[in-house]
Amino acid sequence: MLDLVWLIPAFPLVGFCVLLLVGKRIGEPLSGYLATAMVGASFVVACLVFVDLVNKNESDRAFTRVLFSWIPSLGVDVALLVNPLSITMVLFVTGIATLIHLFAIGYMHGDPSFSRFFTYLNLFVFSMLMLVLADNFLLMFLGWEGVGTCSYLLISFWFERDSAATAGKKAFVTNRIGDFGLMTAMFLIFHQTGSLQYHAVFRAIEENRPAQSTVVAICLLLFLGACGKSAQLPLYVWLPDAMEGPTPVSALIHAATMVTAGVYLMVRIHPLLELTPGVLQIIAWTGGATALYAATIATAQDDIKRVLAYSTISQLGYMFLAVGVGANIAAIFHMVTHAFFKALMFLGAGSVIHGMHGHDDPQNMKRMGNIRKWMPVTAGTFLVGWLAIAGVPPFSGFWSKDEILLGAYETSKPLWIVGLVTALLTAYYMTRQIVLVFFGKERFLDAGDAQPADHVQPADHAQPAGNEVHREPHARGPHESPMLMVLPLVALAGLALVGGLINTPFSTRFEFLAKWLESGLIPGTEIHAFAGEPHLVAGSTKIILAAIAVACGLAGIGLGWKIWNRGADQPELEVPLLKRAYGVDELVNVVIVKPGRALSDFAAVVFDRKIIDGLVNGLGTVVQAVGGTVRKVQTGYVRQYALGLVGGLVLMVGYVLVRTAL
Amino acid sequence: MNTAMVLSAVAKPGTGPYLAVSAVLFTLGAVGILLKRNVLVMFMCVELMLNAANLALVTFARSLDDIGGQFAVFFTLVVAAAEVVVGLGIIVSIFRRRKSGATADSASLLKG
Repeated sequence: MLDLVWLIPAFPLVGFCVLLLVGKRIGEPLSGYLATAMVGASFVVACLVFVDLVNKNESDRAFTRVLFSWIPSLGVDVALLVNPLSITMVLFVTGIATLIHLFAIGYMHGDPSFSRFFTYLNLFVFSMLMLVLADNFLLMFLGWEGVGTCSYLLISFWFERDSAATAGKKAFVTNRIGDFGLMTAMFLIFHQTGSLQYHAVFRAIEENRPAQSTVVAICLLLFLGACGKSAQLPLYVWLPDAMEGPTPVSALIHAATMVTAGVYLMVRIHPLLELTPGVLQIIAWTGGATALYAATIATAQDDIKRVLAYSTISQLGYMFLAVGVGANIAAIFHMVTHAFFKALMFLGAGSVIHGMHGHDDPQNMKRMGNIRKWMPVTAGTFLVGWLAIAGVPPFSGFWSKDEILLGAYETSKPLWIVGLVTALLTAYYMTRQIVLVFFGKERFLDAGDAQPADHVQPADHAQPAGNEVHREPHARGPHESPMLMVLPLVALAGLALVGGLINTPFSTRFEFLAKWLESGLIPGTEIHAFAGEPHLVAGSTKIILAAIAVACGLAGIGLGWKIWNRGADQPELEVPLLKRAYGVDELVNVVIVKPGRALSDFAAVVFDRKIIDGLVNGLGTVVQAVGGTVRKVQTGYVRQYALGLVGGLVLMVGYVLVRTAL
Repeated sequence: MNTAMVLSAVAKPGTGPYLAVSAVLFTLGAVGILLKRNVLVMFMCVELMLNAANLALVTFARSLDDIGGQFAVFFTLVVAAAEVVVGLGIIVSIFRRRKSGATADSASLLKG
């Protein structure tokens, strides 16, 4: 089965190709099912590979499958690196992608570009798998750019909307800054080591030890790339706007998978980061700052998806914090659990938006309230996600967040405090969200689109999958989503509930993920990455730390509950500065966009139109003037031409005569 | 034998007179082209110039004992014949368009 690992990315690629060619023809819902089946097949293959890998000896768990030689002059092959880390990523990427594909069949129902959506989604899954499975930097970069492209295409999926098109461009341009870092880092790496293959690079740098400044530069540039993709300070600005895309996209790309690519990259290159403690500190503090910063913004957002977007940025900051303090396993652990509960909440938000369809401003939480009566399953699953992200035991978020906080505590107390404050804020703003959405008064009833009272019956028209739900603008209350959308929610809720069990700290026997990731390392290279994360703190301290973290989470929940149950309008708690996200967008507008626009206006109006066009037109004018003058010579009188000929002859003969005479 | 040699020497004047005739013929043709307006006369003048050139070529071929000159004359004749065909065709069409008094200047209508 291990030889068939290439099937994992191949299935979505086939799906993409087929949908590209005949997607429009097979249309809805077949193209959706096809895409889902392809990703599902990937997941099945990934599971088989996983089982095979588990049954192997610990030392045999890492190997490379070379598919074909790609760029021989650079020594770059299209090769898949199979090891516990990459297979862990593949498992959760394909698993969650399958569920979200399924959800999207229901969510995108009735959209005129139904098959185009799934074409992009399959391309995304393929790119993501290449990114994860690549065995060298260049192939990883191919996947990296592939997911970036899909992100752009899917954010601006509804490109008729101006805001969506702009958001797509914003994401694209911001990511270019990160990609600049990544590419420069690759140039430097190749220059230093003559290779781009992960292990060869690690070994070469370990053995040859280039100047420390070079290693620092490589690590910083790679981190810049990771910042762009994973929306860390200061390159986070694109992620909140990315919510313009369809909600399944937000769940899959902008919460669960693509945005974690930066964390994955950092864990992958950990042997390099180990050599540069300064960079690790920068990473940790950037992560911590991002976590806190985004969490404060999330407390004042009204858009149901924007809260989740800022929450995602904040949680990604957590992961970077973990990487920075050397808790790689905790970072991967949190990545997995976060994928579960954040995908769950995004899909839940999508379900709510779907149910609110037809109301004014269906994403505004201030227009919701008490939706749990209308959409019980969505509400129930969302609450699981809420408890998970708030860090309430035994939900999955508690275990992974605790691991990170433990790592931070061991390395740097200030970072630990930042983490705790963030945890409190996280619990607070998530509680605010669920209170506004699922509890309290039904504010959509007294909104502008007043409904006749007899129609406001809770969910008595719960409909089976795949009917006209999406099209009719119903002026009734929200309705529960079809089966196709509810199933993934339930599955993800289950995962968010028990996902933490893959790595519980009670005893080393239960640290499945840690043991799994530590096995199959290539000696001499990756051994630093995971092995020996000595937990310096004693068991009793661990419990106290966990208790503090839980107390913070519960305090946040209690605070949020008490405050937001009072009413939805509390302007004193929603500072305008936070509502506008510290005015960063305005600042960027003034500092970068305006001068950039002025420059391009200059280039277009003055340089292009006046100078370039002037040159071209001027040349034409000169030629025309010369021609106008010279054409008078051509009179049409044959005898004048003859005179010219004879005159020329006389001159020539005269010249020859004079020459010979002299 | 001796008489034959003498005879041939006598019968073979220098190249000067031939070239003089050639020059006179060429000048006549050139002047004719410049001064005449009748298309047919101009055409004959062209022929005059061509044949003047032919005469010069043959003369040099003979004096230099190089067959190349006579060879070139063949080409000139062939080209002249072709030129006559094309030229006369043009002249006839000009005459057809302008029923009376067609001159070489009538072709100035073709100017750009």
